[in-house]
Amino acid sequence: MENVLTKNIRPDQRPVSLKEYEEAGGYQAARDAVKKKTPKEVQEEVKKSNLKGRGGAGFPTGVKWGFVPLGDDAPRPKYLVANADEMEPGTFKDRVLLEGDPHLLIEGMIISAFAIDAEVSYIFLRWAYKKAEAAIEKALAEAYEAGYLGKNIFGSGYNLDMFLHTSVGRYMCGEETGLLNALEGKRATPRAKPPFPQTSGLFGKPTIVNNVETLCSVPSIIAKGADWYRKLSATEDGGTKLYGVSGRVNKPGVWELPMGTTMREIIEEHAGGMRNGLRFKGALPGGASTDFLVNEHMDIPMDYANVSNAGSRLGTGTLIVLDDQTCPVGFVLNLERFFARESCGWCTPCRDGLPWVERILESIEQGDGRNEDLDLLNMHTKYLGPGLTFCALAPGAMEPLQSALKYFAEDFERHIKEKRCPWRH
Amino acid sequence: MVTIHIDGTSYQVDEQQNLLEAILSLGLDLPYFCWHPAMGSVGACRQCAIKIYKDENDTQGKITMACMEPAKEGTYLSLNDAEAKEMRSHVIQWLMTNHPHDCPICDEGGECHLQDMTVMAGHAYRRHRYNKRTYRNQYLGPFINHEMNRCIQCYRCVRYYRDYAGGDDLDAFAAHNHVYFGRHEDGVLQNEFSGNLVEVCPTGVFTDKTLKSHYTRKWDLTTAPSICHHCSMGCNIIAGERYGSLRRIYARYNGKVNGYFICDRGRFGYEFVNSDKRIQQPMLRKERNADPEPTDKQTILRHIAERIQNNDRVIGIGSPIASLESNFALQQLVGENRFYGGISNSEDRLVKTVINILRQGPARTPSLKEIENADAILVLGEDLTNTAPMMALSLRQAVRNIQKKIAQKLNIPYWQDAAVREAAQEEYSPCYIATPAGTKLDEVARKSMRLAPVDIARLGFAVAHRISNDAPGVDNLSKELASLAAEIGESLKGAEHPLIVTGTSCRNENLLHASANIAAALKNAGAQPSISFTMHDANSMGLAMMNAGTLAQAKHEVQEGNADTVIILENDLYKRIDEDAATEFLDQCQHLIVLDYLHNKTTSKAEAVLPVSAFSETFGTLVNQEGRAQRFFEVHIPAEPVQAGWQWLKDLSTAAGKNAMSDWQNFHDFTRHLSNAMPQFKDIEAISPPPGYRVADQRIPRQSHRYSGRTAMHAHHNVHEKKTPQDKDSAFAFSMEGYRGQPPPSMIPLFWSPGWNSAQSINKYQIEVGGGLHGGDPGKRLIEPQEKADSPYFKNIPEPFEPGENRWLTLPGYHIFGSESLSMHTPGVAERAPGPYLSINDHDAAQLNIKDGADATYVVADRPYTLAVKINASLPRGVVELPAGLPGLPTAILPAWGKFSEASE
Repeated sequence: MENVLTKNIRPDQRPVSLKEYEEAGGYQAARDAVKKKTPKEVQEEVKKSNLKGRGGAGFPTGVKWGFVPLGDDAPRPKYLVANADEMEPGTFKDRVLLEGDPHLLIEGMIISAFAIDAEVSYIFLRWAYKKAEAAIEKALAEAYEAGYLGKNIFGSGYNLDMFLHTSVGRYMCGEETGLLNALEGKRATPRAKPPFPQTSGLFGKPTIVNNVETLCSVPSIIAKGADWYRKLSATEDGGTKLYGVSGRVNKPGVWELPMGTTMREIIEEHAGGMRNGLRFKGALPGGASTDFLVNEHMDIPMDYANVSNAGSRLGTGTLIVLDDQTCPVGFVLNLERFFARESCGWCTPCRDGLPWVERILESIEQGDGRNEDLDLLNMHTKYLGPGLTFCALAPGAMEPLQSALKYFAEDFERHIKEKRCPWRH
Repeated sequence: MVTIHIDGTSYQVDEQQNLLEAILSLGLDLPYFCWHPAMGSVGACRQCAIKIYKDENDTQGKITMACMEPAKEGTYLSLNDAEAKEMRSHVIQWLMTNHPHDCPICDEGGECHLQDMTVMAGHAYRRHRYNKRTYRNQYLGPFINHEMNRCIQCYRCVRYYRDYAGGDDLDAFAAHNHVYFGRHEDGVLQNEFSGNLVEVCPTGVFTDKTLKSHYTRKWDLTTAPSICHHCSMGCNIIAGERYGSLRRIYARYNGKVNGYFICDRGRFGYEFVNSDKRIQQPMLRKERNADPEPTDKQTILRHIAERIQNNDRVIGIGSPIASLESNFALQQLVGENRFYGGISNSEDRLVKTVINILRQGPARTPSLKEIENADAILVLGEDLTNTAPMMALSLRQAVRNIQKKIAQKLNIPYWQDAAVREAAQEEYSPCYIATPAGTKLDEVARKSMRLAPVDIARLGFAVAHRISNDAPGVDNLSKELASLAAEIGESLKGAEHPLIVTGTSCRNENLLHASANIAAALKNAGAQPSISFTMHDANSMGLAMMNAGTLAQAKHEVQEGNADTVIILENDLYKRIDEDAATEFLDQCQHLIVLDYLHNKTTSKAEAVLPVSAFSETFGTLVNQEGRAQRFFEVHIPAEPVQAGWQWLKDLSTAAGKNAMSDWQNFHDFTRHLSNAMPQFKDIEAISPPPGYRVADQRIPRQSHRYSGRTAMHAHHNVHEKKTPQDKDSAFAFSMEGYRGQPPPSMIPLFWSPGWNSAQSINKYQIEVGGGLHGGDPGKRLIEPQEKADSPYFKNIPEPFEPGENRWLTLPGYHIFGSESLSMHTPGVAERAPGPYLSINDHDAAQLNIKDGADATYVVADRPYTLAVKINASLPRGVVELPAGLPGLPTAILPAWGKFSEASE
């Protein structure tokens, strides 16, 4: 398989300079798109590639772009925003791209911005990504210097400005409308949809927010065509995917693999299997806000449809592995503590439900659990579900909990019955 | 209208509404917090969960928030679905995890929306077994108490304060379950409409601090509908009393006037009623230089009767803050030709000009609600936030009209508040403001101009000319003003609902003429303009409509010896005319009889003083600046011998052996005779039902069915329960017994409905949520423009303002807290008022070598004022501003030329 995303990444992860990037064929796709294609043609190519949003929701990228009004009547300015606020626990895939090959992101953004005829673009970067910040700043300066950004880029008559915005570091900023509010200098609370950002986004103007990995996939699609890109995949969903593994495996890391690689291959081959003496108990396939997969799911292809059929979500594609010597209650408590803290406080179920869940789990973990606590946890998994809360944060927070209650029920019950955590000595 | 199906029943609803609004408009119950009828939906609280089905056959359904879902044809939904109900009860359960459950000591208890919704949603058993979070509360000033632990994070306060009222010092801070609503630091909330937080907050986070100082539960208050007396807008209020003192003011919803809200002066300015400066006994001065002594009712009546019996030299001076009925009674007592208005000549002239303009009518005067529909606005000369606060609040809503169009284009329903504001950003309908000094509303104006009053008028005349060539043009207009006039003219002409706002506060007749010309020009150009004039007092319009003589004429009568006995009704002349002129006039009156409720300089000059009721102790009719006559009702009976002005005047008349009012039995007779005697008031009798009105043979009770302590509250005097006082003047009862259903809209003593104890019960009184009251919004408009095609243009265009050599044009500067004297008896209002000052342009100050904050001595109307200088760069050069109406600052009739005395130069 040919690498699309990581082809330039050096083993030592030093960022690729503009010169090196161009020597490897970089910016040719952007030049071609901007000079030879229409925005509609770029959109069509990406639609055909079946590229789906790599931020977690898996919405087809070309279709999303298609909702942006084009033409002279369209409201201006239009915006493209790269969501580089990678704050999903256990997820570090965008970081590799941001730190190692910032020009790939910039080129992807130029093509994507052109596809919606946007004139302003932002990279919304997670506060903690200091190395990425430095790399992007340098790359932006190089791109402006070379005339690839700013007025009349590549001599095409197309204008695009690109700004780096380093956020203050809230999980809510990863939610696209929360991100837009934060970018406007407001509280990072989500917005109701509709209206979707494609029609009323940043400063009320048409806006596309795409994940870093999504944007980095675009140059190759334009350079080599949608058919080529689709064929990189092992399944229906097009292209390659960055898969990652964290947890007590031998070689935690992130790898670019064909979309639809199995969990077994990722964990056993690429991550080197479980560490000595530990057994695989389960894994969150796509970050903290996805349901556990367990042993029986080892061989399903990790793509959007198959993971969904298995009762979870592909999410970010970065697995968090739970081993048999780690307490699942403590594991979930740790996640829920994060989600409760990161709730923006806008809607009631999330703001007041998550801290309650956290405290119940804390009680159970500390040996103070009661039988009715399980009813309360189950109540929350139901009533913090999609559609009941304002955005996807709380439903996401319930995914590891509801699947833990399903797959590890005995462990929860033992905590309550024995009035202690069986994993603690 | 569209058809929706709720739990198997079909209903017709308005498709402009969301489902929550539709459900509430149908009279059904559905709990909610973050939605507010005046502020739309944001979907934050998740309380109004319902089940929506794809179609008739769908049994699964999906839980949805009613407030975020448009009412679409063929919607199938359930309120009673078990899952939806469970969701609603869980939302309360979550909100309650941190609520302190301190209802017994919470000021909100008994009218708490959170209590009501908790009961409605059915959550009763606490399963959360952990500690609650606590907050530190803030000092927010003299009006609002802060108790954050009670907060349920509905975000209504910040949405109201920032988005609706334009405030910027209240915000949401922190995150997750520790969101905090307050100021960035302790301090006085700066917005002039902060008091509405008390009603907007669904629980006891923001409560009325003035009420707290003499606290009474809502159910223990005796309440009646009233009208605010603190400016000319005529906001509808509910006043509540217990143990003989007035405890608080609440907004009384009127779909045409103030809607849900009132300003802080209206809400908190009531404490003058309880003031120790109230006149409680008749006072009589036996000899001219003797001290006045308290006396009894019979003695004083006899004394005054002797003065006025067979005396044809008695004149009466009325008042723009007294009711029509009291003014009318005075007129009846002294005779039609011997009744004078009691305001300065300049103001008298202005108000009468306004009435003429409105009667001859190029345009109609809009209600406050109609003002919210304006899509192009020109304000000439008025600092509305300070002279007519609620009109400023209406204009803040009006400038958002363009946002309706933006939202429509993007298919965003207007009730989806956050989305509309996001899409529209700071796009506002055109609003132009020309005033002498900067105003708070400037921030929403497309352009604001700082000009002397005559130049504002010239701009107005030029706008009129620009709209229609028939209107007279303005010579020697600066290029800048000419292009501005062109821009404003185009903007007004192109609008669907152009509005011109001006008023009497600049005391410049040219402004009124210019406004009339613009309206006439717009009308001639085929537009449908409206024109709104602010006035100084609660009944300025009503008094002017009585066609009384002027104060100068009254003075003349006294000076000529045609009058020796002067009866002044509820009017401190020291606030009306120049201090020395007032003294001179009052000293010339041989027998001065004053009716008032507060001791003041005028009462101190009187031979006889009669203690009259304050607004909450009597009935009356006021005409607001729209020309809407509205009635206020007696809330509580004052301690004898205090009684209504009209009652005293009738008693005087009878004591003097006159027949004029002798057979008038009650308040209603005064109203009836007035409407018969003066055709301009013919409609006022019908504002509210007569005293004989009954529903199912019952009166309307002033007290709630939960009123407590009736048998005990006077037990320390007498264990026998007092006889319930009979109300001969209205169909209200001073009792908890009576008709419990909805009274006629003019007679709503409090908003309450089973299960709805807070002000949110207003929903139940409206035809649809946010709409008019069942039975029609109260009040009668008395002035409609004549249906003539063309109104003549005013042609007297003033010369441009020329700053003088060593002389300054002195203009009054108005303050919501400070310029109105009654409200200044509330300690909190006095605290918010500015100290005495003098404002001057920065260049003028530099030229005079005057520093900001330094004292300067300034002479205007022959009176030296030594005042701290406030440099105000927004003022035009050659203009000085003096605060209007501040206690302790002698009144001068402005505008007038003044000069800095040598000492300060």
